[in-house]
Amino acid sequence: MKALLLRDLRLAVRAGGGFGLGLAFFLIVTVLVPFAVGPDPALLSRIAPGVLWLGALLACLLSLDRLLALDHEDGTLDLLATAPLPLEGALGIKAFAHWITTGLPLVAAAPVLGLMLNLSVSGYAVLVGALLLGTPALSTIGLFGAALTVGVRRGGLLLSLLVLPLYVPTLIFGAEAARRAATGQEAATPLLMLAGLTLATLALMPFASAAVLRMGLR
Amino acid sequence: MSLWEYANPVRFLRLSAKAQPVLWVAAGLSLSLGLLWGFFGTPDDMRQGSTVKIIYLHVPAALMAINAWFMMLVASLIWLIRRHHVSALAAKAAAPVGLMMTLIALVTGAIWGQPMWGTWWAWDPRLTSFLILFLFYLGYIALWSAIDDPDTAADFTSVLCLVGSVFAVLSRYAVKFWNQGLHQGTSVPVATGGRTISDVFFYPLVLSMVGFGLLFIALVFLRTGTEIRQRRTRALLARARRGG
Amino acid sequence: MPELGKYAAEVLSAYAVSLLLLAVLIWMSLRRDRRAKAALRAAEEGRDA
Repeated sequence: MKALLLRDLRLAVRAGGGFGLGLAFFLIVTVLVPFAVGPDPALLSRIAPGVLWLGALLACLLSLDRLLALDHEDGTLDLLATAPLPLEGALGIKAFAHWITTGLPLVAAAPVLGLMLNLSVSGYAVLVGALLLGTPALSTIGLFGAALTVGVRRGGLLLSLLVLPLYVPTLIFGAEAARRAATGQEAATPLLMLAGLTLATLALMPFASAAVLRMGLR
Repeated sequence: MSLWEYANPVRFLRLSAKAQPVLWVAAGLSLSLGLLWGFFGTPDDMRQGSTVKIIYLHVPAALMAINAWFMMLVASLIWLIRRHHVSALAAKAAAPVGLMMTLIALVTGAIWGQPMWGTWWAWDPRLTSFLILFLFYLGYIALWSAIDDPDTAADFTSVLCLVGSVFAVLSRYAVKFWNQGLHQGTSVPVATGGRTISDVFFYPLVLSMVGFGLLFIALVFLRTGTEIRQRRTRALLARARRGG
Repeated sequence: MPELGKYAAEVLSAYAVSLLLLAVLIWMSLRRDRRAKAALRAAEEGRDA
Protein backbone atom coordinates (compact mmCIF):
# COMPACT_ATOMS: atom_id res chain seq x y z
CA MET A 1 0.00 0.00 0.00
CA LYS A 2 2.78 2.36 0.93
CA ALA A 3 4.63 1.44 -2.23
CA LEU A 4 1.59 2.24 -4.31
CA LEU A 5 1.11 5.55 -2.56
CA LEU A 6 4.75 6.50 -3.06
CA ARG A 7 4.63 5.42 -6.69
CA ASP A 8 1.56 7.53 -7.38
CA LEU A 9 3.05 10.52 -5.62
CA ARG A 10 6.32 10.20 -7.48
CA LEU A 11 4.59 9.84 -10.82
CA ALA A 12 2.41 12.85 -10.13
CA VAL A 13 5.32 15.07 -9.19
CA ARG A 14 7.71 13.88 -11.85
CA ALA A 15 5.60 13.57 -14.97
CA GLY A 16 3.65 16.76 -14.48
CA GLY A 17 0.64 14.63 -13.65
CA GLY A 18 -1.45 17.64 -12.81
CA PHE A 19 0.53 18.46 -9.68
CA GLY A 20 1.35 22.04 -10.57
CA LEU A 21 -1.37 22.23 -13.17
CA GLY A 22 -4.31 22.18 -10.79
CA LEU A 23 -2.67 24.79 -8.64
CA ALA A 24 -2.00 27.05 -11.63
CA PHE A 25 -5.59 26.63 -12.76
CA PHE A 26 -6.86 27.59 -9.30
CA LEU A 27 -4.65 30.68 -9.37
CA ILE A 28 -5.85 31.74 -12.81
CA VAL A 29 -9.54 31.23 -12.05
CA THR A 30 -9.38 33.33 -8.90
CA VAL A 31 -7.29 36.00 -10.57
CA LEU A 32 -9.75 36.22 -13.44
CA VAL A 33 -12.73 36.80 -11.15
CA PRO A 34 -11.93 40.45 -10.29
CA PHE A 35 -11.52 41.13 -14.02
CA ALA A 36 -14.98 39.72 -14.61
CA VAL A 37 -16.91 41.31 -11.75
CA GLY A 38 -14.89 44.49 -11.17
CA PRO A 39 -12.38 45.46 -8.50
CA ASP A 40 -14.85 46.66 -5.84
CA PRO A 41 -13.36 45.40 -2.51
CA ALA A 42 -16.73 45.06 -0.78
CA LEU A 43 -18.11 42.90 -3.57
CA LEU A 44 -14.97 40.77 -3.77
CA SER A 45 -14.97 40.26 -0.05
CA ARG A 46 -18.59 39.11 -0.24
CA ILE A 47 -18.03 36.55 -2.99
CA ALA A 48 -14.51 35.44 -1.96
CA PRO A 49 -15.48 32.24 -0.06
CA GLY A 50 -17.65 31.02 -2.92
CA VAL A 51 -15.09 31.86 -5.58
CA LEU A 52 -12.32 30.10 -3.70
CA TRP A 53 -14.46 27.00 -3.26
CA LEU A 54 -15.52 26.97 -6.87
CA GLY A 55 -11.94 27.45 -8.04
CA ALA A 56 -10.74 24.59 -5.86
CA LEU A 57 -13.54 22.37 -7.12
CA LEU A 58 -12.79 23.09 -10.77
CA ALA A 59 -9.06 22.62 -10.27
CA CYS A 60 -9.80 19.27 -8.66
CA LEU A 61 -12.10 18.31 -11.53
CA LEU A 62 -9.43 19.17 -14.05
CA SER A 63 -7.02 16.56 -12.76
CA LEU A 64 -9.57 13.76 -12.34
CA ASP A 65 -9.33 12.18 -15.77
CA ARG A 66 -5.67 11.41 -15.09
CA LEU A 67 -6.55 9.66 -11.86
CA LEU A 68 -7.15 6.29 -13.52
CA ALA A 69 -6.71 6.86 -17.26
CA LEU A 70 -2.91 6.45 -17.35
CA ASP A 71 -3.04 3.31 -15.25
CA HIS A 72 -5.75 1.98 -17.50
CA GLU A 73 -3.73 2.57 -20.64
CA ASP A 74 -0.54 0.85 -19.50
CA GLY A 75 -2.38 -2.04 -17.86
CA THR A 76 -1.51 -1.20 -14.26
CA LEU A 77 -5.20 -1.24 -13.41
CA ASP A 78 -5.58 -4.86 -14.52
CA LEU A 79 -2.61 -5.77 -12.35
CA LEU A 80 -4.09 -3.94 -9.38
CA ALA A 81 -7.41 -5.72 -9.87
CA THR A 82 -5.71 -9.11 -9.63
CA ALA A 83 -3.19 -8.12 -6.95
CA PRO A 84 -3.46 -9.51 -3.40
CA LEU A 85 -4.24 -6.00 -2.19
CA PRO A 86 -8.02 -5.50 -2.44
CA LEU A 87 -8.95 -3.23 -5.31
CA GLU A 88 -10.97 -1.10 -2.88
CA GLY A 89 -7.82 -0.43 -0.87
CA ALA A 90 -5.75 0.31 -3.96
CA LEU A 91 -8.35 2.78 -5.18
CA GLY A 92 -8.56 4.40 -1.77
CA ILE A 93 -4.81 4.88 -1.90
CA LYS A 94 -5.04 6.36 -5.36
CA ALA A 95 -7.69 8.82 -4.22
CA PHE A 96 -5.49 9.68 -1.23
CA ALA A 97 -2.53 10.30 -3.53
CA HIS A 98 -4.74 12.47 -5.71
CA TRP A 99 -5.77 14.44 -2.66
CA ILE A 100 -2.17 14.95 -1.54
CA THR A 101 -1.10 16.14 -4.97
CA THR A 102 -4.09 18.36 -5.79
CA GLY A 103 -6.28 18.89 -2.73
CA LEU A 104 -3.55 19.75 -0.28
CA PRO A 105 -1.78 22.35 -2.47
CA LEU A 106 -5.14 23.97 -3.10
CA VAL A 107 -5.79 24.20 0.62
CA ALA A 108 -2.35 25.75 1.12
CA ALA A 109 -2.86 28.25 -1.69
CA ALA A 110 -6.37 29.29 -0.67
CA PRO A 111 -5.39 31.79 2.09
CA VAL A 112 -2.99 33.60 -0.25
CA LEU A 113 -5.67 33.88 -2.91
CA GLY A 114 -8.15 34.88 -0.20
CA LEU A 115 -5.88 37.82 0.52
CA MET A 116 -6.13 38.90 -3.09
CA LEU A 117 -9.93 38.64 -3.01
CA ASN A 118 -10.14 40.72 0.15
CA LEU A 119 -11.52 37.88 2.26
CA SER A 120 -12.46 39.16 5.72
CA VAL A 121 -10.07 38.22 8.52
CA SER A 122 -12.51 36.02 10.40
CA GLY A 123 -12.92 33.77 7.38
CA TYR A 124 -9.42 32.38 6.89
CA ALA A 125 -9.33 29.69 9.54
CA VAL A 126 -12.72 28.27 8.63
CA LEU A 127 -12.04 28.50 4.89
CA VAL A 128 -8.87 26.46 5.26
CA GLY A 129 -10.61 24.07 7.64
CA ALA A 130 -13.56 23.62 5.29
CA LEU A 131 -11.30 23.00 2.32
CA LEU A 132 -9.25 20.56 4.37
CA LEU A 133 -12.42 18.71 5.32
CA GLY A 134 -14.07 18.94 1.92
CA THR A 135 -11.37 18.28 -0.64
CA PRO A 136 -11.03 14.57 0.31
CA ALA A 137 -14.70 14.21 -0.62
CA LEU A 138 -13.95 15.85 -3.96
CA SER A 139 -11.15 13.34 -4.57
CA THR A 140 -13.18 10.26 -3.64
CA ILE A 141 -16.28 11.32 -5.56
CA GLY A 142 -13.97 12.08 -8.47
CA LEU A 143 -12.52 8.59 -8.15
CA PHE A 144 -16.00 7.18 -8.72
CA GLY A 145 -16.48 9.39 -11.78
CA ALA A 146 -13.07 8.38 -13.11
CA ALA A 147 -13.94 4.71 -12.62
CA LEU A 148 -17.16 5.12 -14.59
CA THR A 149 -15.45 6.80 -17.53
CA VAL A 150 -12.14 4.94 -17.56
CA GLY A 151 -12.82 2.98 -20.72
CA VAL A 152 -14.46 5.84 -22.57
CA ARG A 153 -12.53 7.62 -25.27
CA ARG A 154 -12.29 11.35 -24.59
CA GLY A 155 -14.12 10.78 -21.33
CA GLY A 156 -13.05 14.09 -19.79
CA LEU A 157 -16.20 16.01 -20.63
CA LEU A 158 -18.46 13.12 -19.67
CA LEU A 159 -16.56 12.86 -16.40
CA SER A 160 -17.34 16.50 -15.63
CA LEU A 161 -21.00 16.03 -16.46
CA LEU A 162 -21.25 13.02 -14.16
CA VAL A 163 -19.23 14.42 -11.29
CA LEU A 164 -20.50 17.99 -11.08
CA PRO A 165 -24.00 17.14 -9.79
CA LEU A 166 -22.38 14.82 -7.26
CA TYR A 167 -20.25 17.73 -6.04
CA VAL A 168 -23.28 19.88 -5.18
CA PRO A 169 -23.68 18.95 -1.50
CA THR A 170 -19.96 19.27 -0.79
CA LEU A 171 -19.82 22.66 -2.47
CA ILE A 172 -22.89 23.92 -0.63
CA PHE A 173 -21.70 22.94 2.83
CA GLY A 174 -18.09 23.95 2.24
CA ALA A 175 -18.85 27.34 0.77
CA GLU A 176 -21.59 27.95 3.33
CA ALA A 177 -19.17 27.32 6.20
CA ALA A 178 -16.60 29.68 4.70
CA ARG A 179 -19.25 32.30 3.97
CA ARG A 180 -20.71 32.18 7.46
CA ALA A 181 -17.29 32.51 9.05
CA ALA A 182 -16.37 35.40 6.78
CA THR A 183 -19.52 37.28 7.80
CA GLY A 184 -18.93 36.54 11.46
CA GLN A 185 -21.63 33.92 11.88
CA GLU A 186 -21.30 30.59 13.59
CA ALA A 187 -20.01 27.99 11.13
CA ALA A 188 -20.01 24.76 13.13
CA THR A 189 -23.15 23.25 11.58
CA PRO A 190 -22.04 23.30 7.94
CA LEU A 191 -18.56 22.18 8.99
CA LEU A 192 -19.99 19.17 10.79
CA MET A 193 -22.22 18.35 7.82
CA LEU A 194 -19.21 18.63 5.54
CA ALA A 195 -17.18 16.33 7.78
CA GLY A 196 -19.99 13.79 7.78
CA LEU A 197 -20.25 13.95 4.03
CA THR A 198 -16.52 13.45 3.60
CA LEU A 199 -16.45 10.48 5.96
CA ALA A 200 -19.39 8.89 4.16
CA THR A 201 -17.80 9.29 0.74
CA LEU A 202 -14.47 7.98 2.10
CA ALA A 203 -16.26 4.92 3.37
CA LEU A 204 -18.47 4.24 0.34
CA MET A 205 -16.84 5.57 -2.81
CA PRO A 206 -13.83 3.22 -2.96
CA PHE A 207 -16.27 0.30 -2.86
CA ALA A 208 -18.54 1.73 -5.53
CA SER A 209 -15.54 2.56 -7.72
CA ALA A 210 -14.01 -0.89 -7.29
CA ALA A 211 -17.35 -2.51 -8.14
CA VAL A 212 -17.56 -0.45 -11.31
CA LEU A 213 -13.98 -1.21 -12.33
CA ARG A 214 -14.48 -4.95 -11.82
CA MET A 215 -17.60 -4.80 -14.01
CA GLY A 216 -15.63 -2.98 -16.67
CA LEU A 217 -12.74 -5.46 -16.60
CA ARG A 218 -14.93 -8.52 -16.69
CA MET B 1 -47.36 -17.08 -12.72
CA SER B 2 -44.80 -14.71 -11.31
CA LEU B 3 -43.71 -11.25 -12.23
CA TRP B 4 -40.27 -12.56 -13.15
CA GLU B 5 -41.72 -14.29 -16.21
CA TYR B 6 -41.70 -10.92 -17.92
CA ALA B 7 -37.93 -10.81 -17.56
CA ASN B 8 -38.02 -12.93 -20.69
CA PRO B 9 -37.84 -10.44 -23.60
CA VAL B 10 -40.27 -12.39 -25.79
CA ARG B 11 -42.84 -12.61 -23.00
CA PHE B 12 -42.32 -8.96 -22.26
CA LEU B 13 -42.90 -7.98 -25.86
CA ARG B 14 -46.07 -10.07 -25.97
CA LEU B 15 -47.39 -8.43 -22.79
CA SER B 16 -46.35 -5.03 -24.05
CA ALA B 17 -48.16 -5.56 -27.36
CA LYS B 18 -51.31 -6.48 -25.47
CA ALA B 19 -51.08 -3.75 -22.85
CA GLN B 20 -49.99 -0.86 -25.01
CA PRO B 21 -53.22 -0.13 -26.90
CA VAL B 22 -55.14 -0.08 -23.63
CA LEU B 23 -52.52 2.11 -21.98
CA TRP B 24 -52.36 4.60 -24.83
CA VAL B 25 -56.12 4.98 -24.99
CA ALA B 26 -56.45 5.30 -21.22
CA ALA B 27 -53.58 7.78 -21.06
CA GLY B 28 -54.98 9.83 -23.93
CA LEU B 29 -58.45 9.87 -22.41
CA SER B 30 -57.50 10.79 -18.86
CA LEU B 31 -54.87 13.28 -19.96
CA SER B 32 -57.09 15.11 -22.41
CA LEU B 33 -60.08 14.96 -20.09
CA GLY B 34 -58.02 16.21 -17.13
CA LEU B 35 -56.41 18.99 -19.12
CA LEU B 36 -59.62 20.05 -20.87
CA TRP B 37 -61.53 20.02 -17.61
CA GLY B 38 -58.75 21.97 -15.96
CA PHE B 39 -58.49 24.44 -18.81
CA PHE B 40 -62.17 25.05 -19.55
CA GLY B 41 -64.06 23.86 -16.51
CA THR B 42 -62.33 25.39 -13.49
CA PRO B 43 -62.62 28.91 -12.09
CA ASP B 44 -59.73 31.32 -11.67
CA ASP B 45 -57.96 31.46 -8.36
CA MET B 46 -58.58 34.57 -6.31
CA ARG B 47 -54.92 35.56 -6.13
CA GLN B 48 -53.35 33.67 -9.02
CA GLY B 49 -55.96 34.53 -11.61
CA SER B 50 -55.99 32.21 -14.59
CA THR B 51 -52.35 31.12 -14.06
CA VAL B 52 -53.69 28.52 -11.65
CA LYS B 53 -54.51 26.46 -14.74
CA ILE B 54 -50.80 25.77 -15.19
CA ILE B 55 -50.98 23.49 -12.14
CA TYR B 56 -52.55 20.73 -14.28
CA LEU B 57 -49.29 20.48 -16.22
CA HIS B 58 -46.74 21.48 -13.63
CA VAL B 59 -47.62 19.21 -10.74
CA PRO B 60 -48.14 15.97 -12.72
CA ALA B 61 -44.93 16.54 -14.68
CA ALA B 62 -42.97 17.16 -11.49
CA LEU B 63 -44.51 14.07 -9.93
CA MET B 64 -43.53 11.89 -12.88
CA ALA B 65 -40.04 13.41 -13.04
CA ILE B 66 -39.35 12.05 -9.56
CA ASN B 67 -41.23 8.79 -10.05
CA ALA B 68 -39.34 8.10 -13.28
CA TRP B 69 -36.04 8.32 -11.44
CA PHE B 70 -37.42 6.09 -8.71
CA MET B 71 -38.53 3.56 -11.30
CA MET B 72 -35.04 3.67 -12.85
CA LEU B 73 -33.56 3.05 -9.41
CA VAL B 74 -35.72 -0.04 -8.88
CA ALA B 75 -35.01 -1.31 -12.40
CA SER B 76 -31.27 -0.76 -11.88
CA LEU B 77 -31.36 -2.71 -8.64
CA ILE B 78 -33.19 -5.57 -10.34
CA TRP B 79 -30.57 -5.57 -13.09
CA LEU B 80 -27.68 -5.59 -10.63
CA ILE B 81 -29.18 -8.33 -8.48
CA ARG B 82 -30.98 -10.59 -10.94
CA ARG B 83 -29.42 -9.52 -14.23
CA HIS B 84 -32.60 -9.37 -16.29
CA HIS B 85 -31.87 -7.50 -19.49
CA VAL B 86 -35.41 -6.17 -19.79
CA SER B 87 -34.97 -4.41 -16.48
CA ALA B 88 -31.79 -2.63 -17.55
CA LEU B 89 -33.36 -1.65 -20.86
CA ALA B 90 -36.48 -0.36 -19.11
CA ALA B 91 -34.29 1.91 -16.99
CA LYS B 92 -32.60 3.15 -20.13
CA ALA B 93 -35.96 3.67 -21.81
CA ALA B 94 -37.36 5.67 -18.90
CA ALA B 95 -34.51 8.17 -18.68
CA PRO B 96 -35.41 10.42 -21.64
CA VAL B 97 -39.05 10.43 -20.54
CA GLY B 98 -38.00 11.52 -17.06
CA LEU B 99 -35.75 14.18 -18.56
CA MET B 100 -38.64 15.55 -20.58
CA MET B 101 -40.94 15.57 -17.52
CA THR B 102 -38.31 17.47 -15.56
CA LEU B 103 -38.02 19.95 -18.39
CA ILE B 104 -41.80 20.44 -18.55
CA ALA B 105 -41.94 20.98 -14.79
CA LEU B 106 -39.12 23.54 -14.97
CA VAL B 107 -40.54 25.39 -17.96
CA THR B 108 -44.13 25.57 -16.74
CA GLY B 109 -42.82 26.60 -13.33
CA ALA B 110 -40.82 29.41 -14.90
CA ILE B 111 -43.78 30.61 -16.95
CA TRP B 112 -45.95 30.57 -13.83
CA GLY B 113 -43.27 32.19 -11.68
CA GLN B 114 -42.82 35.18 -13.94
CA PRO B 115 -46.22 36.81 -13.20
CA MET B 116 -46.66 35.33 -9.70
CA TRP B 117 -43.26 35.67 -8.07
CA GLY B 118 -42.04 38.33 -10.46
CA THR B 119 -39.15 36.16 -11.63
CA TRP B 120 -38.57 33.32 -14.07
CA TRP B 121 -36.14 31.61 -11.82
CA ALA B 122 -35.22 31.73 -8.15
CA TRP B 123 -32.61 29.70 -6.33
CA ASP B 124 -35.26 28.12 -4.24
CA PRO B 125 -34.69 24.63 -2.79
CA ARG B 126 -37.34 22.93 -4.89
CA LEU B 127 -36.33 24.61 -8.11
CA THR B 128 -32.67 23.93 -7.49
CA SER B 129 -33.33 20.29 -6.65
CA PHE B 130 -35.13 19.89 -9.94
CA LEU B 131 -32.26 21.48 -11.79
CA ILE B 132 -29.91 18.98 -10.14
CA LEU B 133 -32.28 16.16 -11.06
CA PHE B 134 -32.16 17.43 -14.64
CA LEU B 135 -28.35 17.24 -14.57
CA PHE B 136 -28.50 13.71 -13.18
CA TYR B 137 -30.75 12.65 -16.06
CA LEU B 138 -28.35 14.23 -18.55
CA GLY B 139 -25.35 12.46 -17.02
CA TYR B 140 -27.18 9.15 -16.92
CA ILE B 141 -28.20 9.36 -20.58
CA ALA B 142 -24.72 10.51 -21.62
CA LEU B 143 -23.12 7.57 -19.83
CA TRP B 144 -25.44 5.11 -21.60
CA SER B 145 -24.49 6.47 -24.98
CA ALA B 146 -20.77 6.65 -24.21
CA ILE B 147 -20.15 2.97 -23.52
CA ASP B 148 -20.26 0.55 -26.44
CA ASP B 149 -20.76 -2.77 -24.73
CA PRO B 150 -24.46 -2.89 -23.71
CA ASP B 151 -23.96 -5.04 -20.60
CA THR B 152 -21.13 -2.89 -19.28
CA ALA B 153 -23.19 0.21 -20.02
CA ALA B 154 -26.10 -1.29 -18.09
CA ASP B 155 -23.79 -2.08 -15.15
CA PHE B 156 -22.20 1.36 -15.06
CA THR B 157 -25.43 3.30 -15.42
CA SER B 158 -27.07 1.18 -12.75
CA VAL B 159 -24.33 1.99 -10.26
CA LEU B 160 -24.50 5.64 -11.30
CA CYS B 161 -28.25 5.57 -10.69
CA LEU B 162 -27.75 4.13 -7.20
CA VAL B 163 -25.02 6.57 -6.22
CA GLY B 164 -26.87 9.39 -7.92
CA SER B 165 -29.99 8.64 -5.89
CA VAL B 166 -28.05 8.93 -2.66
CA PHE B 167 -26.54 12.22 -3.78
CA ALA B 168 -29.88 13.50 -5.08
CA VAL B 169 -31.36 13.04 -1.61
CA LEU B 170 -28.26 14.62 -0.04
CA SER B 171 -28.51 17.57 -2.41
CA ARG B 172 -32.16 18.00 -1.52
CA TYR B 173 -31.27 18.53 2.13
CA ALA B 174 -28.11 20.50 1.39
CA VAL B 175 -30.10 22.85 -0.79
CA LYS B 176 -32.78 23.32 1.86
CA PHE B 177 -30.04 24.20 4.30
CA TRP B 178 -28.56 26.69 1.88
CA ASN B 179 -31.57 28.80 1.01
CA GLN B 180 -35.04 29.49 2.29
CA GLY B 181 -37.88 28.51 0.01
CA LEU B 182 -40.04 30.65 -2.19
CA HIS B 183 -41.97 27.67 -3.54
CA GLN B 184 -45.23 26.83 -1.79
CA GLY B 185 -45.69 23.52 -0.05
CA THR B 186 -47.13 20.53 -1.80
CA SER B 187 -50.74 20.71 -2.97
CA VAL B 188 -51.40 17.04 -2.38
CA PRO B 189 -49.54 15.89 0.73
CA VAL B 190 -49.81 12.13 0.50
CA ALA B 191 -48.34 11.46 3.92
CA THR B 192 -51.00 13.35 5.84
CA GLY B 193 -53.83 12.40 3.51
CA GLY B 194 -55.07 15.96 3.48
CA ARG B 195 -54.87 18.52 0.77
CA THR B 196 -54.37 22.22 0.55
CA ILE B 197 -56.42 22.96 -2.55
CA SER B 198 -60.15 22.94 -3.01
CA ASP B 199 -62.14 20.25 -4.81
CA VAL B 200 -62.73 22.31 -7.96
CA PHE B 201 -59.02 22.21 -8.69
CA PHE B 202 -58.34 18.85 -7.10
CA TYR B 203 -60.35 16.47 -9.28
CA PRO B 204 -59.04 17.61 -12.67
CA LEU B 205 -55.55 17.66 -11.14
CA VAL B 206 -55.84 14.03 -10.05
CA LEU B 207 -57.17 13.11 -13.47
CA SER B 208 -54.24 14.68 -15.24
CA MET B 209 -51.80 13.11 -12.75
CA VAL B 210 -53.27 9.74 -13.68
CA GLY B 211 -52.95 10.74 -17.33
CA PHE B 212 -49.29 11.64 -16.99
CA GLY B 213 -48.65 8.42 -15.09
CA LEU B 214 -50.32 6.27 -17.74
CA LEU B 215 -48.54 8.15 -20.48
CA PHE B 216 -45.23 7.47 -18.73
CA ILE B 217 -45.99 3.75 -18.45
CA ALA B 218 -47.09 3.56 -22.09
CA LEU B 219 -43.94 5.36 -23.23
CA VAL B 220 -41.71 3.11 -21.15
CA PHE B 221 -43.38 0.02 -22.63
CA LEU B 222 -42.91 1.40 -26.13
CA ARG B 223 -39.31 2.47 -25.62
CA THR B 224 -38.31 -0.72 -23.81
CA GLY B 225 -39.65 -2.67 -26.79
CA THR B 226 -37.52 -0.49 -29.04
CA GLU B 227 -34.43 -1.20 -26.96
CA ILE B 228 -35.09 -4.94 -26.95
CA ARG B 229 -35.44 -4.98 -30.74
CA GLN B 230 -32.32 -2.89 -31.24
CA ARG B 231 -30.42 -5.24 -28.99
CA ARG B 232 -31.59 -8.29 -30.89
CA THR B 233 -30.75 -6.64 -34.21
CA ARG B 234 -27.24 -5.97 -32.98
CA ALA B 235 -26.88 -9.56 -31.86
CA LEU B 236 -28.12 -10.87 -35.21
CA LEU B 237 -25.78 -8.61 -37.15
CA ALA B 238 -22.85 -9.59 -34.98
CA ARG B 239 -23.62 -13.26 -35.58
CA ALA B 240 -23.89 -12.64 -39.32
CA ARG B 241 -20.50 -10.92 -39.31
CA ARG B 242 -18.96 -13.87 -37.58
CA GLY B 243 -20.28 -15.93 -40.48
CA GLY B 244 -22.75 -17.87 -38.33
CA MET C 1 -62.61 29.63 -24.82
CA PRO C 2 -62.51 30.60 -21.16
CA GLU C 3 -61.73 34.13 -20.08
CA LEU C 4 -58.04 34.08 -19.18
CA GLY C 5 -57.72 37.72 -18.21
CA LYS C 6 -54.38 39.39 -18.17
CA TYR C 7 -52.44 36.14 -17.82
CA ALA C 8 -53.65 34.66 -21.12
CA ALA C 9 -50.18 34.69 -22.66
CA GLU C 10 -48.63 32.82 -19.73
CA VAL C 11 -51.29 30.14 -19.50
CA LEU C 12 -51.46 29.54 -23.24
CA SER C 13 -47.69 29.40 -23.65
CA ALA C 14 -47.36 26.98 -20.73
CA TYR C 15 -49.88 24.66 -22.35
CA ALA C 16 -48.32 25.09 -25.79
CA VAL C 17 -44.78 24.38 -24.61
CA SER C 18 -45.77 21.36 -22.52
CA LEU C 19 -47.94 19.78 -25.21
CA LEU C 20 -45.24 20.43 -27.77
CA LEU C 21 -42.59 18.75 -25.59
CA LEU C 22 -44.87 15.77 -24.98
CA ALA C 23 -45.63 15.53 -28.68
CA VAL C 24 -41.93 15.60 -29.56
CA LEU C 25 -41.21 12.91 -26.98
CA ILE C 26 -43.98 10.65 -28.24
CA TRP C 27 -43.10 11.25 -31.87
CA MET C 28 -39.39 10.51 -31.31
CA SER C 29 -40.25 7.35 -29.38
CA LEU C 30 -42.56 6.14 -32.14
CA ARG C 31 -40.03 6.91 -34.84
CA ARG C 32 -37.26 5.07 -32.99
CA ASP C 33 -39.58 2.12 -32.50
CA ARG C 34 -40.49 1.98 -36.21
CA ARG C 35 -36.81 2.09 -37.17
CA ALA C 36 -35.91 -0.61 -34.66
CA LYS C 37 -38.68 -2.85 -35.98
CA ALA C 38 -37.57 -2.31 -39.57
CA ALA C 39 -33.93 -2.97 -38.73
CA LEU C 40 -34.82 -6.14 -36.87
CA ARG C 41 -36.92 -7.37 -39.77
CA ALA C 42 -34.06 -6.64 -42.19
CA ALA C 43 -31.59 -8.47 -39.97
CA GLU C 44 -33.86 -11.49 -39.63
CA GLU C 45 -34.45 -11.67 -43.37
CA GLY C 46 -30.73 -11.35 -43.96
CA ARG C 47 -30.17 -14.34 -41.73
CA ASP C 48 -32.76 -16.46 -43.51
CA ALA C 49 -31.49 -15.56 -46.98
